[in-house]
Amino acid sequence: MNPEFEHLYQALSKVDGFIYPNEIELSWSILIVLYPFITGLVAGAFILASLERVFNVKSLRPTYVIALLTSFAFLLVATMPLIFHLGQPLRAWEIMMTPHLTSAMAIFGFVYLWYLMIVLLLEIWFDYRYDLVLWARESTGVKKWLYKALALGSDDISPKSVKLDQKLGYIVTVIGIPSAFLLHGYVGFIFGSIKANPWWSTVMMPIIFLFSAMVSGIALVMLLFIIINKVRKQKIDMLCLDTIAKYLFYIIIIDFTMESLDQIHRFYEAEESFEIIQLLISGHLNFTLLVMQVGIGMFLPLTTLGILQFYKPAEKVRQLLYFITGVLVLIGIFFMRWNVVIGGQLFSKSFLGFTSFKLSLIGPEGFLMASIWLIVPFFILAFLLWLFPPWKKTEMEH
Amino acid sequence: MTEKKTSLSRRNFLRNAGVTAGTLVATSTLPSFNAVLFAAVKRNTKGPWYGIAIDIEKCIGCGTCAKTCKIENNVPQEPFFFRSWVEQYTIRKDGSLKVESPNGGIDGFTQSVPADQIEKTFFVPKMCNHCAKSPCVQVCPVGATYETEEGIVLVDEKYCIGCKYCIQACPYGCRYFHPDKHVADKCTLCFHRIKKGLNPACMDNCPTKARISGDLNDPESAISKFIRTKNVYVLKPHLNTGSKLYYNALNQEVR
Repeated sequence: MNPEFEHLYQALSKVDGFIYPNEIELSWSILIVLYPFITGLVAGAFILASLERVFNVKSLRPTYVIALLTSFAFLLVATMPLIFHLGQPLRAWEIMMTPHLTSAMAIFGFVYLWYLMIVLLLEIWFDYRYDLVLWARESTGVKKWLYKALALGSDDISPKSVKLDQKLGYIVTVIGIPSAFLLHGYVGFIFGSIKANPWWSTVMMPIIFLFSAMVSGIALVMLLFIIINKVRKQKIDMLCLDTIAKYLFYIIIIDFTMESLDQIHRFYEAEESFEIIQLLISGHLNFTLLVMQVGIGMFLPLTTLGILQFYKPAEKVRQLLYFITGVLVLIGIFFMRWNVVIGGQLFSKSFLGFTSFKLSLIGPEGFLMASIWLIVPFFILAFLLWLFPPWKKTEMEH
Repeated sequence: MTEKKTSLSRRNFLRNAGVTAGTLVATSTLPSFNAVLFAAVKRNTKGPWYGIAIDIEKCIGCGTCAKTCKIENNVPQEPFFFRSWVEQYTIRKDGSLKVESPNGGIDGFTQSVPADQIEKTFFVPKMCNHCAKSPCVQVCPVGATYETEEGIVLVDEKYCIGCKYCIQACPYGCRYFHPDKHVADKCTLCFHRIKKGLNPACMDNCPTKARISGDLNDPESAISKFIRTKNVYVLKPHLNTGSKLYYNALNQEVR
């Protein structure tokens, strides 16, 4: 037996019921689970930043820059799992050069570039321009030149120029909110528009993806806010933390409602795929959906955050609870992506059986590689925080 | 002042009208941007327009079609890659269904349900439906999967980026990822043979002549007559894929 196909022969022996013979191997694996997870963090973190700026939630001010830089760090990595899962990664650029316009996937490159170049980079630049000029003046050596280059030749720190920065930054944020919605709603559409797959094909998919993105992004920034302050041995701004948690609570409620509505609708209509999906949920996705996504990722955080809205224990306790909640929410949203991507491929399109999926440890689509793509953004973020320390920024009113 | 206002608003009106008209003209000349209405594209009525017909009553489940296809098209021999395969359906007396397709039927079939429990059993050969509104063509992000003017869905293997979106989009499981070429692969209706005036290999080698292909635009072709005279049905019609694979005597259990 050719060792290249050993895992397929193993999967063949585990087929449950009838599947089309081409369906034994899952086409999309862990890397495509990461893709909506990472883009979700990007969109969610950005939306949290815009809450402060556009909707004027002043208490979130300390998270504004952290949220922007987090969004940026993850956006830089967002395409990597996509490119590496391709059978022909070197042809990836064709998607930009000759996009096929009836394909939902073809537009990703443009949505991505729009978001990266127009929204995030511009917003960060306008927010940092004044400080870059100052840091270029104060620093020495390589750092001086780096800041000078990043300021793009700008050397104006007059109040007038700062005012212009703020005005332009505001405009970019206003454009950025629909863009963030577009970015992640669009990722949902990639799955939601596949009529062959009843687990994916729902008009709710973009909306569910959007709200789950906000949930995960806000949770991540909340976690990072706690961690950064702890590492820097700073007192955590509890008003800010409580406010993030409050928004997280609200968005989880909306997300939960949307997801429940989708499932209730699916089960009540009980179309052709009803039985296979019932089996999918009670069997193959039993643990990842009911335990990890709904139990650990939704009910626990919802209950904890709900209680904390009324009952406020000591700051240390709250910090710990928020930290744990943040971690649980991120795990839950990861498994939500898993259940969509992997779950949608476990059952046959004949609706008569299941194939199986085993995550390998090594290889381009293995656990280790996936972990790398999840860890790299944190290193990028650490570098960004070092290069553009938010705590050394001049405090300005937005 | 009043005069100035009037002229300004007239200028505005003219400018707006110009922009609107320009946009309309520009969009109307860009049919390729008609992305949302993919399924509304008109079928080709000039020249040959290929379809396939399979007579389930004639299929004996020998698997020659699946075997021939692998040889003719150099499809990997492992039992995970098929352009063409056969499924065996068995409906038990209690109404329950058993479907099997060991190695795509290439090695033939053995009946695993005891004879006294069988209500009825039949074979269903499967292959690409060469849909007129192919979901796979619709979703290919680079246009590597396309429909020829003869209505045959092909993959440009030098262009495919291997994203596998088309495999997800095909409701019939007709596509697979080629393990050596690292691109999507599927039935070409033996395009290389059709171009020489030959039949697809699976059709020529079927011992009971259960499958035919031909020009749907020609009312006198064998396939047109087959569709006219038999009770034909396509798979998953509710998905509106414009499937051009017509089955005679298809049981409703088949999916």
